[in-house]
Amino acid sequence: MTNAAGGLSVVELASVTGSAAGFRAFLHGLPGVDQVGAEQRAAMLATRSIKTTAKAWGIDLAIRMVDLTTLEGADTPGKVRALCAKGRRPDPADPDCPSVAAICVYPAMVPTAAESLKGSGIHLASVATAFPSGQAPLPVKLADTRAAVAAGADEIDMVLNRGDFLSGRYLAAFDEIVAVKEAGGDAHLKVILETGELATYDNVRRAAWLAMLAGADFIKTSTGKVSPAATLPVTLVMLEAVRDFRASTGRTVGVKPAGGIRTTKDALRYLVLVNETVGDDWLRPDRFRFGASTLLNDLLLQRSKLATGRYSGPDYVTLD
Amino acid sequence: MPFEYAPAPESPSIVDIQSSYGLFVNGEFTDPIDGERFKTINPASEDVLAEVVAAGPADVDAAVAAARRAYENVWRDLTGRDRAKYLYRLARLIQERARELAVLESIDNGKPIRESRDVDLPLVAAHFFYYAGWADKLRYAGFGETPLGVAAQVIPWNFPLLMLAWKIAPALAAGNTVVLKPAETTPLTALLFAQLCQQAELPPGVVNIVTGAGETGRLLVEHPGVDKVAFTGSTEVGRAIARSVAGTRKRLTLELGGKAANIVFDDAPIDQAVEGIVNGIFFNQGHVCCAGSRLLVQESVAEEVLDSLKRRMARLRVGDPLDKNTDIGAINSAAQLSRIRSLSEIGSQEGAQRWSPPCELPERGFWFAPTIFTGVSQAHRIAREEIFGPVLSVLTFRTPAEAVEKANNTPYGLSAGVWTEKGSRILAIADRLRAGVVWANTFNRFDPTSPFGGYKESGYGREGGRHGLEGYLA
Repeated sequence: MTNAAGGLSVVELASVTGSAAGFRAFLHGLPGVDQVGAEQRAAMLATRSIKTTAKAWGIDLAIRMVDLTTLEGADTPGKVRALCAKGRRPDPADPDCPSVAAICVYPAMVPTAAESLKGSGIHLASVATAFPSGQAPLPVKLADTRAAVAAGADEIDMVLNRGDFLSGRYLAAFDEIVAVKEAGGDAHLKVILETGELATYDNVRRAAWLAMLAGADFIKTSTGKVSPAATLPVTLVMLEAVRDFRASTGRTVGVKPAGGIRTTKDALRYLVLVNETVGDDWLRPDRFRFGASTLLNDLLLQRSKLATGRYSGPDYVTLD
Repeated sequence: MPFEYAPAPESPSIVDIQSSYGLFVNGEFTDPIDGERFKTINPASEDVLAEVVAAGPADVDAAVAAARRAYENVWRDLTGRDRAKYLYRLARLIQERARELAVLESIDNGKPIRESRDVDLPLVAAHFFYYAGWADKLRYAGFGETPLGVAAQVIPWNFPLLMLAWKIAPALAAGNTVVLKPAETTPLTALLFAQLCQQAELPPGVVNIVTGAGETGRLLVEHPGVDKVAFTGSTEVGRAIARSVAGTRKRLTLELGGKAANIVFDDAPIDQAVEGIVNGIFFNQGHVCCAGSRLLVQESVAEEVLDSLKRRMARLRVGDPLDKNTDIGAINSAAQLSRIRSLSEIGSQEGAQRWSPPCELPERGFWFAPTIFTGVSQAHRIAREEIFGPVLSVLTFRTPAEAVEKANNTPYGLSAGVWTEKGSRILAIADRLRAGVVWANTFNRFDPTSPFGGYKESGYGREGGRHGLEGYLA
């Protein structure tokens, strides 16, 4: 068995999850991540200066990549409807402003959101599997998933079982993702690694491969409920993983940083990271998403600044 | 759809380049006595930037005499604490005017503004701060407390201001005065530094800057009035200086060429190793004496590393040094460009396979695409001679012993890199590499606290750290 980027046949890939020991050997055989080097690379890319036409292009792309999210205990149907309306037409004054990629809510809010998004082409993502901790029995997680899909969600954001992962029960964590994928049917599956709890970049790379091998369509950094949430270096490591996974298997997996991305500057830094790590192929909303709530308003403010030459102000974008 | 970065140029208007500069002698800019004027150009556009002086014998005499007077009348008798005040003041001024200095460095040298802004200038300031701290603690350094006198310092064009800092800061901290000659293609930041010396009210004559080419340098190092010679540059010139200094009272430190091995083992963090390879050879257009110009990669991962390296190289942005998104700027001079070209031609003729990513080079100015040679053997000239450009020779090895053998099989010994996730291997290999600096899982990282210098034909003496004081104290 060569290491990951060296290329694995489909048969070899199927065999790596054949036994707990074999799977462990595979994940631990992935090339390590040097923390200092990865952080240095991310910091260097953060110095890229994205101005004028490049900025305008990046802002529109970033808007189209937003998973506009509300995940609060206090969410109401009214708030969800307002969010959906905003997702359809982020800037009511400008019909050319693109829609967001998806609305992301709790399962209980899926029926309301499905109703509001009908005919818009905007995806409806629901967190599931006892988000954010994942601390529930498997049948409950599967029921959670089925309910969300039945109510109209076409994307499921599940959480990795960090208990299994961190204690080295990789195959159990893998099997759980496979089961959720099956329960979700045709729904797109995003697997949240909760990188803030994984602590090391080596773990992030292993968890990314575990999720991709189990069938994840997207790998996502964070729930947004744990600090730190998304960071540039973590996203860099995940992008390298999807790049290597495609080189090995031919299957393309998307990446979604979520949590803590609040400004246009942040978003543009992520787009630069994507551009210079995996290239154009991932610079599209079905391959890269931002899990965010307040980011959209800053994108809109900067967008109108570029168009008019003046800053408006927080009263000129809608409250979430 | 590709993400095209719009041009993001740093404005050159922050820096005021005069049409003509004199020599900086005894605290003032002076017209040459017997020197002639020549032009310095912007290597990215070939536009003339300014006229500077090639100092003649009488000019060098005057500068050395000024340094001598300043040494005997002021500087050597100042307390360490007072010398430190001046050095701290210079360090702060460098920070305050960092943007101006960085822009000028990029204009005169051709290096990308990202590097002059994020690497050169912070290190320049850090060097002055660091040696300012030593000025009143010399007795604890262990090299005596007596300065040598007048130091003649000759520096190269690859890091004009940083090399100036490496030379001037420890010399002044130890109580010496200096006459410094910047390289003929990059005199402008040294002349701006001279203005900073005036702004800092440094006593006249403590720092003197004489511009010029090799002949001025020869006059300076052979001048009977200097007590210390410090040179950074080519091994060839270093040899000539060593010969001329032999038999005199002058103390000598030399920091010369290199042909560093960057050794990548099969258990290395591959993505970061690729970054390190890129940083090792393409940083500053490869105009780095400690550049990792020989990649030694373990056979079992060679293909994978090369694929990743090529993919990464295709992302390098070559062009306008003042664009904030440029990774690789201009080659410093026509002469250097022709040397890089001819050695690369020889590489192809000797049978190595040459590869460069597709990249459009500007029409005017001096440019060379990042290049790698595979199928290189130890016998090839591109594996033995310092190219001093963005050209990497790739060799493979099978066992750690072979890696060490190949890494050490060079007349040079300035630096080396080791990439492995295995800590014990780092220590074992570093122990056997004959190189002054060994980087582990990184490359081309510098810090004023860390001594730097070579083995064998890479020179002798150390710069940086406590060791850097040794060359300036008796």
